[in-house]
Amino acid sequence: MNNTADKFILFSLRLITYAIVLVVGYILLDIIKNGAPALNWQFVSTFPRRSGAEGGIFPAIVGTLYLVVGTIAVSLPLGVGGAIYLAEYADQGRFNTLIRLAIITLAGVPSIVFGLFGLGLFVLFCGFGPSILAGSLTLACMVLPTIIVASEESLRAVPKGFRDASLALGATKWEMIRTNILPYSLSGMITGSILGIGRAAGETAPILLTVAAFYLPRLPKSFFDQVMALPYHLYILATQHPEADRIRHMQYGTALVLLLLVLGLSLGAIFIRTHFRKKFRW
Amino acid sequence: MSRSRKLHITDKLMRLLLVSAASTSVLIVCLIFLFLFREAGPFAFKPGLEKLLDSQWIPVSFQEEHFGVGPLLSGSALVTALAMLVTVPISVLAAIYIAEIAHPTEREFLKPFIEILASIPSVVLGFFGLLVVAPLVKTLFGLSTGLTALTGALLLSLMAIPTIISLSEDALVSVPYALKNASLALGASHLQTIFRVTLPAALPGIVAAVMLGIGRVIGETMAVLMVTGNSAILTFSPLASVRTMTATIAAEMGEVPFGSIHYQALFWIGIILLGITFALNIIAQRVLKKYGMMK
Repeated sequence: MNNTADKFILFSLRLITYAIVLVVGYILLDIIKNGAPALNWQFVSTFPRRSGAEGGIFPAIVGTLYLVVGTIAVSLPLGVGGAIYLAEYADQGRFNTLIRLAIITLAGVPSIVFGLFGLGLFVLFCGFGPSILAGSLTLACMVLPTIIVASEESLRAVPKGFRDASLALGATKWEMIRTNILPYSLSGMITGSILGIGRAAGETAPILLTVAAFYLPRLPKSFFDQVMALPYHLYILATQHPEADRIRHMQYGTALVLLLLVLGLSLGAIFIRTHFRKKFRW
Repeated sequence: MSRSRKLHITDKLMRLLLVSAASTSVLIVCLIFLFLFREAGPFAFKPGLEKLLDSQWIPVSFQEEHFGVGPLLSGSALVTALAMLVTVPISVLAAIYIAEIAHPTEREFLKPFIEILASIPSVVLGFFGLLVVAPLVKTLFGLSTGLTALTGALLLSLMAIPTIISLSEDALVSVPYALKNASLALGASHLQTIFRVTLPAALPGIVAAVMLGIGRVIGETMAVLMVTGNSAILTFSPLASVRTMTATIAAEMGEVPFGSIHYQALFWIGIILLGITFALNIIAQRVLKKYGMMK
């Protein structure tokens, strides 16, 4: 047995893994280091001036938040409902297989294809036009599989005894779910869902075709208005802006705010999850 | 109405609601196919699908427009292949380290840290690529521009790494202990066990992971749009500027009149993308199912 060779291989494996860690760290540091100087109250609270070369990104932040809220409002009830059905009602029948196939398929659809779909169905066919409504519905379709998978996992983590005990006392199936399953799985379902939705907040391709505008002089008044959004704002500033080379600080600032928003959502969700994991233990 | 009757009705009602919620995913998949074909459809009659086989993609022209998806398909294929060349070995080796070698506390740190990579928005990665990776590629290879297929591939690799690591690690961890212990008991070293027993046993899962990673990479839009230079030419050079299918849709959809031939052609690209990712997904699931690795 060649011990030196073994040690060398082990060392190489460790080197590769930590090289990835290093790259992740470098990306985060680069964005934080260059974005931090641009961050101040004025940057996050005022409208852009000179097509984004000066001023702030307030409407883009608001727009992204609107889209996140809209996406949650549509996808959470659908996803959680679907997960409850899959975990508590569905047997191994054809219908069940069909739903699972659909979820897997949805999870693999490229985001730009969701954009085309949203453009064809919501913007044009339903006549919503480019609007918060069309964008939120498109993003909701995109995050639906993530929410279903996360929620189902959380439901399945509730011990079987909880169900049997409730049914044995004469509860109907829904009573059993409402009183003995949901209270223990809801936190897990919601945090898992937020992780999925956080990713949607950073998506550009679907909103490119369904909602985003580069500059709007005022905040949206209804669901049928267009909005500005952080990812789209960054894309335009970095690639289409005539002064792209001279406004790096604005670009880095936008990137950092977007990153903080997305990572903040994810970290918040993970924090809540660990908290509840400690609370419910069986 | 008696209380028990009321409960019974609520029960039925909730069941119905939940079934409908679960059915929406089936509905959405059907609607995606329906609406892509609905918008793309007329192209098949005029000017006809054979137009898509043209060798050039020149959608706007004063003489004759060309809607050949070949150069875009080759752009996507080149970028994806390069990305996988970088990603697969790195990810599988890192997955081996995390699953089989790393100390448990080390694992608790490594896993979530690499997962962060998956939650960085692709437009932010694209921006990083534009300002950091592209100049690096430019100086390293002495090019006039850093916006190349290779730059796109490196960024896509960053996106595929967390997916492939996490799925490969699942596959490695799910290899039964009995197999590993039997190998160790026969006198094989830790590394011999990993490379001759655990890795082969986990291979179907890793293959599925790679296929899902490819699906993700082919469908990625913003990062490649920002750093590959976007010239629609047929090339196999990693240092040439290329244009992928996704980038074409994202870049051109904003400027086409709805319902025009160009608009329909872009929807055909969407259909091709959907077809490719759909097929990859189904095959990956088959592989997982066949080897009993389905969760």
